[in-house]
Amino acid sequence: MTAGTRAQRREDRSRRWAAFRDGLHEFYVGPYRQTLLREQRDEDDLFMIVVLGEALGVPDPAAYYSAGLLPAVWADFHSWHKRIGIPASPLDHIACC
Amino acid sequence: MGSLVLMIIGLAMFAAGYFVYSKYLARRVFQLDSSFKTPAHELNDGVDYVPTNKFILWGHHFTSVAGAAPIVGPAIAVIWGWLPALLWVTIGTVFFAGMHDLGALWASLRNKGKSIGALSGRYIGKRGANLFLVVIFLLLLMVIAAFAVVIKNLLISTPTAVIPTWGAIIVALLVGVAVYRMRWPLIPVTVVGVVALYALIVLGDSMPVVLPESFLGMSPATVWILALFIYGAIASLLPVWVLLQPRDYINGVQLFVGLILLFGAVLIGALFSANPPDIVAPMFNTNLPEGTPSMIPLLFVTIACGAISGFHGMVSSGTTSKQIDKETDARFVGYFGAVGEGMLSLGTILAVIGGFQSVAEWESIYSEFGAGGVTAFVQGGGALMENGLGLPASLSATVLATMAVLFAATTMDTGMRLLRFIVQEIGDAFKVKITKFPATAVVVIVGLGLTFSQGLGGEGGLRIWPLFGTTNQLMASLTLSIIAVMLIRKRRNPLPALIPLVLVFVLSFWAAIEQLFSFTAAGNEDWLLFALDVIIIIASVWVAVEAVMAMRRAAKAPPEDEHDDVALVATRENV
Repeated sequence: MTAGTRAQRREDRSRRWAAFRDGLHEFYVGPYRQTLLREQRDEDDLFMIVVLGEALGVPDPAAYYSAGLLPAVWADFHSWHKRIGIPASPLDHIACC
Repeated sequence: MGSLVLMIIGLAMFAAGYFVYSKYLARRVFQLDSSFKTPAHELNDGVDYVPTNKFILWGHHFTSVAGAAPIVGPAIAVIWGWLPALLWVTIGTVFFAGMHDLGALWASLRNKGKSIGALSGRYIGKRGANLFLVVIFLLLLMVIAAFAVVIKNLLISTPTAVIPTWGAIIVALLVGVAVYRMRWPLIPVTVVGVVALYALIVLGDSMPVVLPESFLGMSPATVWILALFIYGAIASLLPVWVLLQPRDYINGVQLFVGLILLFGAVLIGALFSANPPDIVAPMFNTNLPEGTPSMIPLLFVTIACGAISGFHGMVSSGTTSKQIDKETDARFVGYFGAVGEGMLSLGTILAVIGGFQSVAEWESIYSEFGAGGVTAFVQGGGALMENGLGLPASLSATVLATMAVLFAATTMDTGMRLLRFIVQEIGDAFKVKITKFPATAVVVIVGLGLTFSQGLGGEGGLRIWPLFGTTNQLMASLTLSIIAVMLIRKRRNPLPALIPLVLVFVLSFWAAIEQLFSFTAAGNEDWLLFALDVIIIIASVWVAVEAVMAMRRAAKAPPEDEHDDVALVATRENV
């Protein structure tokens, strides 16, 4: 047996193993994908409100610390305010749309 | 040897159904098209609509539809003899369930993955859609009440299953934490989880738990039912990743292991055992215990799941259709999913007719209608596994009892969660905001009320089983009528849908009427079931009238163009 075919077999095996692993994972998460993503989204929404609290006019004693987290929420900010029913950005200093 | 022959005949029927009839349905009737853009691709959002590999999707579909019902139904129905049950399971799976599940999947695929409830609005009318909510509420209520009683009976008759049943909850909790909190890889977690479950079965087998005759003034039956409802309420309130998801998953894996063990036991027992399993049950039981209802029509509603079940249509159109990658995959997922459940029912029949030593022993278990049930499955299947695989009878019985309990329990807690959503929806309709705790309280109170309606032993729970069958078959008729309307509109052969539709409808209607009289029988009155039955009968008539009207409209309307569905998709995309 040449080294080439052995390497190919090993690769085949690892590919099959990976497919099995992915399949099993899919079997685990598939039925609850929707529910889990929805829960994740609710959690993210809460996080967004906590971080943006001060900017939205809610006095926040921890604003000094939460302001540091602002960059973490910028990427999702636009889709968030659209989803909760505010068509344009509620914050003056962020012109995302 | 007899069991092996029946097993081979049954499996051959299923194989022929899949390779011949489903091919005909897929090519000629539904004309599945691999180039049709399925909702999973058209509306792919990574949440509900996700194209999924057909084998994995089959696994999901199969485990969602296979609850305790394909075990309970056949295990009770064998009281009329093994031949009627076997015929109805095999013919029902091939011509009724397979057609129904594949058809529901196709109907939903051609309508952007909408559920049967939404489709009944489009094809049969708004009233059909409202009716659907009523039927679904009743169905779920019956499921939680009946399954609480099924589990209670098993925990009392097989005390060795108590530790694995409740221990499985801890295993599931640990699996959930390992996967989501510790981020451990899934394969080793699965292996350890399944091994732990079987270790608990072995432990439970040596340590049976029997409750004292009276605990706080309650009988063991009352205690178990209360415990199950409390468990169900907690499980349905927890985040799904904590308990429900890992529990369903471990159960799914265990379902495959259980099926292999059962069929393997019949095969090995028949070929290699010195004492091959023989069928002791009569082919037609002429010595029916007193009080057994007539076989026709009750057989056809007692075996609902495993022959044809409306619940499958809900799963097909609710979640499965949104994940189909290619339309041609529907044949494998939908039809073969029904075959999978038919196999579970076939395994149950083999267990309850071949696992006993003598006719007298069999008759002592089937001494009353509804008495056999899951207990017979556990005892008979246990004996089969002892004979074929050499596992001790009590251990085999514990394995099967745990399997049945776990199925019933997952269906029960999912049922409670869904029922809670429906209560909240009904609240919304009356502009009352019901949060999840009061909604769960309503579910528990109504469910317990139904279960205890005939006594604190939970007699009310199983009494409604035939009603569950009728309601379930009624839903199947609703789905079949939608399929028939669609086929008539497209001017394709509607007979594969119409024949099962007429048969299922007539038989379940007949059964409902017969039961109505039995609930008013002097000395045995049951006004709660009478009222529920009246609702079901009115709903059936309603469905029938609406469906016939819809079919007449469809036949008169100009034929739908072959490319109408594709055009529908295209316009939506333009918007």
